[in-house]
Amino acid sequence: MIDFLGEVIAWFGDPANWVGSAGILSRLREHVQITVAATAVAAVLSIVPAVWLAHRRIGGTFVVAIVNIGRAIPSFAIVVLFLPISISLGLGIGFWPTFLALLFLAVPPMFANSYTGVAEVDPDLVEASRGMGMTDREVLTRVEVPMASPVILAAVRVVAVQVVATATLGALVGWGGLGRFIVDGFSVQDNVKVFAGAALVAALAIVTEVVLGIVDRRLVPRQLRSRADDVETIVA
Amino acid sequence: MILLQASGGFFSWDWVFGHLDDIWDRTVEHLVLTVIAVGVGMLISLVLSVIALRFRWTYAPITWVTGVLYTIPSLALFAFLVPITGLSILTAEIGLVSYTLLILIRNTVAGIDAVPEATVESALGMGYTRRGLFFSVELPLAIPVIIAGLRIAAVTTIGLVTVTALIGQGGLGFFILRGLSLFSSPIGTTQIIVGTAVSVLLAVAVDIALVGVQRMSTPWARRKATT
Repeated sequence: MIDFLGEVIAWFGDPANWVGSAGILSRLREHVQITVAATAVAAVLSIVPAVWLAHRRIGGTFVVAIVNIGRAIPSFAIVVLFLPISISLGLGIGFWPTFLALLFLAVPPMFANSYTGVAEVDPDLVEASRGMGMTDREVLTRVEVPMASPVILAAVRVVAVQVVATATLGALVGWGGLGRFIVDGFSVQDNVKVFAGAALVAALAIVTEVVLGIVDRRLVPRQLRSRADDVETIVA
Repeated sequence: MILLQASGGFFSWDWVFGHLDDIWDRTVEHLVLTVIAVGVGMLISLVLSVIALRFRWTYAPITWVTGVLYTIPSLALFAFLVPITGLSILTAEIGLVSYTLLILIRNTVAGIDAVPEATVESALGMGYTRRGLFFSVELPLAIPVIIAGLRIAAVTTIGLVTVTALIGQGGLGFFILRGLSLFSSPIGTTQIIVGTAVSVLLAVAVDIALVGVQRMSTPWARRKATT
């Protein structure tokens, strides 16, 4: 075991494993790029309609349904399933099947949590805002959205961590990213590479969680902080 | 979209009917992997919850450690274990159990915390020992919250079992992985779709079964609902 850990440390110490198109640095860049892209696109696609629908109080039962179904669909299956879909759409292997799968998995939880965040804003508060003469738009942008912001931001954080996890599986459908070390390591039975890859992936997930946690705390007003705790999570 | 393609040469019913035995065996394997993981996870969570409730200061470190485990991507967690425990069922189960802990501990502690003070006082007044109080009063009253946690843990685990196909286990994940290697043929896509669909159905069935267990184990809640 000690010998093995020594080999892992030696692997990390070898500059050849860091540089080049198959090195740690470019794999890390690929992983971060697809995570940011998928999370950002999913946020635009889900938060805007969720906030608006919740404001209008349309589709509450639908939201509960997508959270439950979303949890039951294995992310591994989705990544694999998007490979033939992407090919039949003429988008090929690698980036697109991974990106589409990430999007497919990121939209439902982000939508559901944003919806719940707005729908659960204290009705008395909304009522009071209307009583003060706010227009419908002002109620939405100056009361409901700010009040729901801790839940929405927490949802973005949780989903981003899931996307980091699922992007690892992109290595199975021809994408790069840090998952490559694990998948390639498995195929040549190189346990040192597998273990090093796992360490990199785990570190990236934890760093993402911690960094976005700090960002959340900066962005959310102190008075609203406790609301961020009840966000639905899904593991990948 | 998937369904449309399924009807247009992407899906082979012949393969499905020719492999019903195979599908059944993998479904059973999937369920067994899930039951072991959630069962062991529940036992460990009960012990850790009792510790967290008895010694409050331990709750933060317990949720911190289980939270870190929960954050580590599944493929990475399994990959960490392979050099130690090999491509074995033990590797799969250690990983799967780790993912259940955070949810189960959180719900168990929250459920027991929510037992009204007055109920605890009355039980103690009636002469219950601490142990009797825990097993006959607090734990039964916490069942709805604990089972809510079990439902999430079970559904999550069923999804994660498919990933263990990459370390030689996998239940229905086996079809997904084999489908991946044959992805350009209808036989491949059929296996991917079958593995996914049966896994989702299994999750739904287990979820419904757990709702049934909750109803049966809390007859007082049912009685209240009917009167």
